[in-house]
Amino acid sequence: MNIDYQNTIAAISTPTGVGGISVIRISGENAVEIADSVFQSVSGRHISDIKGYTALFGKVCDEGEAIDEAVVTLFKAPHSYTGEDVVEISCHGGMYITNRVLRSVLKAGAVLAGPGEFTERAFINGKIDLTESEAVMDLISAKGRAAARSALGIKEGRLRAEIDSVKALLIDDAAHLSAWADYPEEDIPEVSSDSLFHNLTEACGKLDALLKSYDSGRAVKQGIDTLIIGKPNVGKSTLMNLLAGVQKSIVTDIPGTTRDIIEETVVIGSAVLILSDTAGLRDSDDPIERIGVELVKKRLSSCGLALAVFDASRPLDENDHNMLDLLGDVPSIAIINKNDLECVVDTDLIESKAKKTVYISASSGDGIDRLTQAVEEITGAATFDENAAVLSNERQYQCVMRAAEPLHEALKAVEDGVTLDAVTVLIEEAIQNLLELTGERASDTIVHSVFSKFCVGK
Amino acid sequence: MSYFAGKYDIAVIGAGHAGIEAALSAARLGCKTVVFTINMDAVGNCPCNPSIGGTAKGHLVREIDALGGEMGKTADECMLQMRMLNRGKGPAVHSLRAQIDRRKYSEVMKHKLETQENLELHQAEIVSVKEFGDHWELETRMGARYEFKAVIIATGTYLGGRIFVGEVSYESGPDGIFPATFLGQSLKDLGISLRRFKTGTPARVLRSSIDFSELEVQAGDEPVVPFSYETKDQLENKVVCHVSWTNEKTKKIILDNINRSPLFSGMIHGVGPRYCPSIEDKIVRFADKERHQLFIEPCGENTEEMYLQGMSSSLPEEVQLKFYHSIKGLENVIMMRCAYAIEYDCADPLQMDNTLEFMDHPGLYGAGQFNGSSGYEEAAAQGLVAGINAALKIKGEEPMILDRAGSYIGTLVDDLVTKGANDPYRMMTSRSEYRLILRQDNADERMTPIGRGVGLISDERYERFLKKQELKALELKRIRSTVIAPCEKVNELLVSRETSPITSGVKLADLIKRPQLSYEALESIDTDRPSLDPNIFEQIEVEVKYEGYIKKQLAQVEQMRRLEKKVLPSDIDYRSVRGLRLEAQEKLNRVHPTNLGQASRISGVSPADISVLVIWMSKGGAYEKID
Repeated sequence: MNIDYQNTIAAISTPTGVGGISVIRISGENAVEIADSVFQSVSGRHISDIKGYTALFGKVCDEGEAIDEAVVTLFKAPHSYTGEDVVEISCHGGMYITNRVLRSVLKAGAVLAGPGEFTERAFINGKIDLTESEAVMDLISAKGRAAARSALGIKEGRLRAEIDSVKALLIDDAAHLSAWADYPEEDIPEVSSDSLFHNLTEACGKLDALLKSYDSGRAVKQGIDTLIIGKPNVGKSTLMNLLAGVQKSIVTDIPGTTRDIIEETVVIGSAVLILSDTAGLRDSDDPIERIGVELVKKRLSSCGLALAVFDASRPLDENDHNMLDLLGDVPSIAIINKNDLECVVDTDLIESKAKKTVYISASSGDGIDRLTQAVEEITGAATFDENAAVLSNERQYQCVMRAAEPLHEALKAVEDGVTLDAVTVLIEEAIQNLLELTGERASDTIVHSVFSKFCVGK
Repeated sequence: MSYFAGKYDIAVIGAGHAGIEAALSAARLGCKTVVFTINMDAVGNCPCNPSIGGTAKGHLVREIDALGGEMGKTADECMLQMRMLNRGKGPAVHSLRAQIDRRKYSEVMKHKLETQENLELHQAEIVSVKEFGDHWELETRMGARYEFKAVIIATGTYLGGRIFVGEVSYESGPDGIFPATFLGQSLKDLGISLRRFKTGTPARVLRSSIDFSELEVQAGDEPVVPFSYETKDQLENKVVCHVSWTNEKTKKIILDNINRSPLFSGMIHGVGPRYCPSIEDKIVRFADKERHQLFIEPCGENTEEMYLQGMSSSLPEEVQLKFYHSIKGLENVIMMRCAYAIEYDCADPLQMDNTLEFMDHPGLYGAGQFNGSSGYEEAAAQGLVAGINAALKIKGEEPMILDRAGSYIGTLVDDLVTKGANDPYRMMTSRSEYRLILRQDNADERMTPIGRGVGLISDERYERFLKKQELKALELKRIRSTVIAPCEKVNELLVSRETSPITSGVKLADLIKRPQLSYEALESIDTDRPSLDPNIFEQIEVEVKYEGYIKKQLAQVEQMRRLEKKVLPSDIDYRSVRGLRLEAQEKLNRVHPTNLGQASRISGVSPADISVLVIWMSKGGAYEKID
């Protein structure tokens, strides 16, 4: 990542298209000057005249033409998120308006911020440590409320506290071992392999639990691959729109790698679903047969959740039967749509094949709460402990892994009766790797790998 | 009145353990060297314990020896008792310690200096040090002016020395020798920042006044393992030490008089060593501890003075007498020299680089307690580094920089010049992250090639070293290819050692690897074993047994060395690097690390700052130079 810190950077730092207010953040040496050139306050005061942590109300203009009413807030270096001068322009949240404001800021001399660049600057300027900056990064990309809360947990130091407790345990042992080795004549109590074994077991247990939390945490936070299947005209599109529209939480709208697939990420209750549709399902006239049973089968085997949609008003046909057979062991919810119409479908058969069955009306929105509950239950989102310390990204996972490894080795060494000098070295290695996790020590490789994972926005 | 006394290459101020190694190495590398000592009878003095080595310090002595220094050989010559500490705790922490005859040690060292070619030894107090860019000028109290290309300061506790015993305090060096009273000001005039440290020593008591009858005896190890790879004679233990304990009464006497200790009354401002506290310090800090151990050690063969290790104090003499008398065996002890604390000036080692040269004063070096360390061995190690580097510089050769992965000496120097010393620095095995590699048994393998490169290892010695390496390689090959077949005799032996019998052929090396077995244990079934230097067997056994761990450490070393290869410019003003936090700018400007690895070890430099430096370096590193 090649970063020129001479630049003043700007970006939209709220999710696009969501909420009534959008914030354009400008950070760098010329932030105030740039903001002043696009903003006219009602009072006539310039941003350069006001104190940090105060705001002005006025208009954002593009070459003299007023674009929007806005409030600007000034954060003066070093008392800002990035540690540099920061101006935030809060304007009205439409995509068009927000983009025009950003464009005028860029025209005035700012450079579009790279992925994670605000957070990187905050880190570089010593405003936040590594676990914190990663938490912020996760917060930006957290796609569900549960994940957002858990990300806050890390920011507040929940993971830090858990790591610190393991670290403290190990440092105690390492210190005792060192004293015992370095002061053989100082009457230092011998390190008992029993207590060492006990402490190492406890530390290993805690780290192993953290490692396990990574998988469940990832499912909740990063979203579950969800496939919507159903024959034409059962209401798949309506369902998709309902899920996306009602929740108003579309975070991304990324065309997939193959042109056949479109993905939408939606929040349902505390779960995040990455809804996949197939080309045929985008165009409801295309029959499922055209995609082929094989492809559906393949997609089903790799997805985390299948939503199989049925029409309550039509009897099951061959397509429906095929679909039900394909469900197999896949976590699935059968959605019997159009429950406002007369029910002629064979509900017993459906209920026997799907893990859960929900009756809804996609067009009226009836039953969405039942669907939410079913999704939460089947994905485990309902039981995910959002308050526990969790590892939230690959770097953290790797660090803990590299700490747990020498500890398990140390445990084995103690069991095998290997001399304690080697055990001490293993414990110290684990401590080093935990220090790396909390950013107290970091090599250039981690620093680089952290920043390569930052997402756009903040 | 002053007079010009001569022009030389290198001056060494002080003839303690640092000064001796500095002077000998410089002279041996061909530099005309002068050593100044305040008192000719204090050359190589051991003003504290009559012993050399100990945990991690034993490693240092071995490394000094393997590099071409003198301490190990002289300690062997003056040895009274030798012990290998930490047996059973693992090879990384095995440490040799010798009780020595302190007068003899001093005499032998003095004679070595006297007979060394290129070396002059003078009794004189240096009162001024002047910097002239291309040379240095020293002046003695008698007015003799000398000119040098380099100066090594190794003033120990003499620089501004002040002794404290209870309410009594006076200017003095150790053992009642004059202190150096003018040099400090001269150094300050150069712009060198000095601070005040303190240390202390226990009483010496009359042997015949001790009742040994109920004291635990501590004998030496048999057979004696010498420090030096050059010591060929089989050494014999000549004395034993004794162990006793303080008790409730001792504690009460000390606590009743604690306000009379200059440490607690505030008279002493110097910072004492955390790792070698006085008895009153120990009693106050570890209040719940009922008793403290002490060792009674002879000071020499031709003296009745006995040293009370663990009982250093700065309480008034009468209080000392009282609490020593409260200890079992010492009830009627006659005190010959009382315990005292000594405060002295020393330099902040952050002003130096890894060659121990002052970064702002080319040609000026520091070593030993002057650099904020404590201990004879730490001093000698630095003396050797400073002496070698001063000589190499004069000869126009590349400096000798020892890294953390190669030696305890390198670790010691790196710690001092990178992290600084906030209290007297003592070497410990836990200071080395690579201690499974940096063992006392393989010091020759690590240091002798370096000593050879520098020029301190003779052809003859180097030949011997190479021969030993060859034999070791052959033996390693042998045990890795020799297959032990299962038979009754073999399995009987294995079972008797509580390890599983074998059913098919097993490599000898794999048997040695088993925790329950050793080279020694397998002697009877290893019929083709050659007769070799025991140190070869020792090294091989450790390498085989700890193979996995050693490999792991070597991988870590590789990683560290990659960071160390990222060299930082020496003339950079870190205030001009955007993005560095203020604290980091200040620390980096103070330490001036030579590479990124060193920078990452500076306290106060966060990973974020290192990432700034990484990014800054990858951008080509535009910066402003220091004026």
